[in-house]
Amino acid sequence: MSTATSAFPLATPGAGRLRRLSTFLWRHSRLFTLLLLLPPLLWLGIVYLGSLLALLAHSFFRLDSFTGQIVYEFTLATWYELLSQPANLDIIRRTAGMAAAVTLACGLIGFPIAYYAARFSTPRGKALFYLGVMLPLWSSYLVRVYAWKLILAKEGVISWAAERTGTSWLLDALLSLPVVGGPSLSISYIGMFLVFTYIWLPYMILPTQAALERVPPSLLEAAADCGARPRQTFRYVVLPLAFPGIVAGSIFTFSLTLGDYIIPYIIGTSKLFLGQAVYIHQGTAGNVPLAAAFSVVPIVIMAVYLAVARRLGAFDAL
Amino acid sequence: MAEAVTVGVAAPSPSIRGRRAAMAEPAVRFLGVHRHFGEVRAVDGVDLEIAPGEFFSMLGPSGSGKTTCLRLIAGFEEPDAGEIHLLGRPMRGVPPYERRVNTVFQDYALFPHMNVLDNVGFGLRVKGVPRAERIRKAEAALALVKLAGLEDRRPAQLSGGQRQRVALARALVNEPEVLLLDEPLGALDLKLRQEMQSELKGLQRELGITFVYVTHDQEEALGMSDRVAVFNRGRIEQIGTPPEIYEHPRTAFVAGFVGISNIVDAEAAVRFTGERRPFSLRPERILLDPPAGAVDIETRGRITDIQYHGASTRLRLVLSDGLELVVERPNTEGTDGALAPGREIRLGWRRDAMRPLRETGR
Repeated sequence: MSTATSAFPLATPGAGRLRRLSTFLWRHSRLFTLLLLLPPLLWLGIVYLGSLLALLAHSFFRLDSFTGQIVYEFTLATWYELLSQPANLDIIRRTAGMAAAVTLACGLIGFPIAYYAARFSTPRGKALFYLGVMLPLWSSYLVRVYAWKLILAKEGVISWAAERTGTSWLLDALLSLPVVGGPSLSISYIGMFLVFTYIWLPYMILPTQAALERVPPSLLEAAADCGARPRQTFRYVVLPLAFPGIVAGSIFTFSLTLGDYIIPYIIGTSKLFLGQAVYIHQGTAGNVPLAAAFSVVPIVIMAVYLAVARRLGAFDAL
Repeated sequence: MAEAVTVGVAAPSPSIRGRRAAMAEPAVRFLGVHRHFGEVRAVDGVDLEIAPGEFFSMLGPSGSGKTTCLRLIAGFEEPDAGEIHLLGRPMRGVPPYERRVNTVFQDYALFPHMNVLDNVGFGLRVKGVPRAERIRKAEAALALVKLAGLEDRRPAQLSGGQRQRVALARALVNEPEVLLLDEPLGALDLKLRQEMQSELKGLQRELGITFVYVTHDQEEALGMSDRVAVFNRGRIEQIGTPPEIYEHPRTAFVAGFVGISNIVDAEAAVRFTGERRPFSLRPERILLDPPAGAVDIETRGRITDIQYHGASTRLRLVLSDGLELVVERPNTEGTDGALAPGREIRLGWRRDAMRPLRETGR
């Protein structure tokens, strides 16, 4: 007996407090899980949800326009102010429209890239793909946005190229379009749209690619075997199975566009976007209640968006 | 007997049968087919003909080219050289969706986002069959594989055996001229596998469709097939009926892969046959303590190992000259304690039990 235990010195009982603790945790795995989850739960619960609720609560206070002080009484006045002024509604409509356009563009550009990476690329090609998609995320967001400002500016490379190729008339026609046009690409919705699409594209490609990756090739063969032409296989098999990934990507692109205030500030016109409105109202104007109400808007829009996506069955395949 | 079609929906229409008989073309024909993947010669010069209505098995170890042959018929692969004809029509350049063959995939490949009915009706849907007819045919196909009542389930909610049946129904509903089955029973447990074997065989007889069945399970191939092709390293070693394959193996590979065999090489064979040519000797053809006159060749050996298999006992013996033989002895009279490792015993077999093999031994 004693020789048997000495052959396995690690199995000797009662060696050290640490081992007893680990044995205790192994026996009480629920307690262990709780201990692991406690820090993130506290973080999410108090720091994140708490501040979100504080924000929500602030939107039900109001700013005394005479004293500039916040009146801590329940009122719907701030919400009324938000939803009754056409300028505010314009901001919401403008931002939501831009977010929708950017999401659509990211989906259209991102899907073929994700599809190629998931279906056809070699392991080496896939590594290059990840690198290519992620690389822009390694450099500063501000640097990339300012780089785009230089590209899009009147003296920028696009104008220069248009001049050299004799297509300036095309650029001018584009810029003379009502609403989306402007004096130059860097001061127009078109330019802003281009930059948004570029900046958020990786967030669309990666989840879409992950979803496509999970579609076994035998399903495509099975579809062809049953007589489905490539178009039908795509429509009835590939797209429905990739849909949850596309929706996940669109949640990213849509909500990131809704909340961003730097790109509209650097690239856009003087017309405000949601993020800018929040920034201005809580900063210079000191109207925290209105800023809070503004910042609830994207949350509501996203909730509606998710509900619609769910109705469409986006999460059925999860 | 083949005319006894009870469920007519998934069966080929009489016109197809008539045309088949009139043309008398083989359902599948391989003419010198090669398929290489880089250095690997997956299919290395295969010629074969499969008759309409035949249950044809492709048997071989993994990597022997049998699955690639199946994929060549389905159209997922194109031959690098050679031609494949289906019912007399050359198939080069014809995509899978234009071939009248259907496949039951090894992993079933059911569409996870569709329920059972939509899975089965998929082939009809993409061909533009109206909804009502589609549902009627899909339900009939499900009844054929005994799955009626599960139409609304998702594949994830089914057992392995049920998924297998859905895959079968999804293929049969298209009324294929040739049904390809890629190790369809591989993932099922033994009991279910045996059940499905007889059911598949029954279906095939009932529908009269040509079945091409890929398997590495020799028992499955022997039990179900009209003919078997034994594959090894991208080539066919032998084609024949199950008794031909089992009792008259032409090569050492076939003798060793299909069932168990004692393969006696050319040197050792001289002593028994007087000929320098290897032969195969099935373990069950060797008798222990044979009564006088029951065998043509008699010798003595020492038992080195005994394995009890229930219905039979398998013994390993070594002869005086060092030749090792495996003997299968049916347990018709229960086990007797007389057999024990180390014991010397008389053994013998009839001359016709020794089947000469082509070329050298192993």
